[in-house]
Amino acid sequence: MTLRWDVLLAIVCMALATYAARAGGYAVLRVWQPPRFVEAMLVHMPGCIFVAFILPSVATGGWRYAAAAAVAVLAMVLTRMLTLSIVLGVAALWLLAAAWP
Amino acid sequence: MKVQFTWAGFRQGARVVLPMLPSFAPFGLVVGVLAAGEGLSMLEAAMMSAMVFAGTSQLVALGAWGSPVPVLAVTLAVFVINMRMAPMSAALAPWFHGLRGWRLWLSLFTVTDHSFALSVSEMRRGRRDAAFLLGLGLPSWLWWTACVTMGHALSGVIELRPGHPLLFAGLATLCALLVTLWRGKGDLMPWGVAAGLALAVQAIGLGQPWPVLAGALGGSAAGAWRDLRA
Repeated sequence: MTLRWDVLLAIVCMALATYAARAGGYAVLRVWQPPRFVEAMLVHMPGCIFVAFILPSVATGGWRYAAAAAVAVLAMVLTRMLTLSIVLGVAALWLLAAAWP
Repeated sequence: MKVQFTWAGFRQGARVVLPMLPSFAPFGLVVGVLAAGEGLSMLEAAMMSAMVFAGTSQLVALGAWGSPVPVLAVTLAVFVINMRMAPMSAALAPWFHGLRGWRLWLSLFTVTDHSFALSVSEMRRGRRDAAFLLGLGLPSWLWWTACVTMGHALSGVIELRPGHPLLFAGLATLCALLVTLWRGKGDLMPWGVAAGLALAVQAIGLGQPWPVLAGALGGSAAGAWRDLRA
């Protein structure tokens, strides 16, 4: 159970940087009334963040990842059951990886 | 919006997140295994997860680890990866505006990809209990820290290499959550712009967070432009 000072310093700095990113976006809005355009952007932000975060990872993973991601999305659209959709997505990737190593 | 912060809202959030927790486990275990590989003690690995609580950025930081630790480099890497969370907390502003003191600052600490998507859906349904977010976040935080610590303890026993299909659970979760954010045909154009920009930025060789920031800002600007023109 060691705790070194350089590791502790790194962890504290990482934690502060992460909290600044998390809280910063809202803290700005707490003190500043954004223009209408920015407010309209915030309405679209959730979906756009997710699309832009997921797609590059899927693209890096290749066609197997793309197919497995499609399975997870389709399962969610059809069943609306989150856990089932995750399991099916992982199972799809496992099968594809086993069938085409 | 008149915002509440009740025990019932907290419990509702916890009920929603509990069935999702197993899908975070593989990722947490891998971060723990990698931390052990980089020479972190179990206490250090647990502290990092409890204080940073952002898996992808921890993974990237451990990739840049060394002895002594390059503090500036890992801090910058973590900040850049986690910049995507700034617009998330901004989008949850209608709830946060109703909170003050520890309720506000603690809730902000628990904003993650998952708790954000689930809270946005809840907010769009007109629910006003902001404790829902904390109800999602606190169990996730405990579980995440436990999984990383467990991964560290099992680092000699389990083999979960990068590329293992189980690790897809994290991405599969995000894919399924994406479906809950869909509001109708009006989302098609902004989402398409976000997708195109993210892939284009990645194609010119820029890694995260640039694809996600370009896609998120460009896509939502396109949507805002269309909405205000109408």
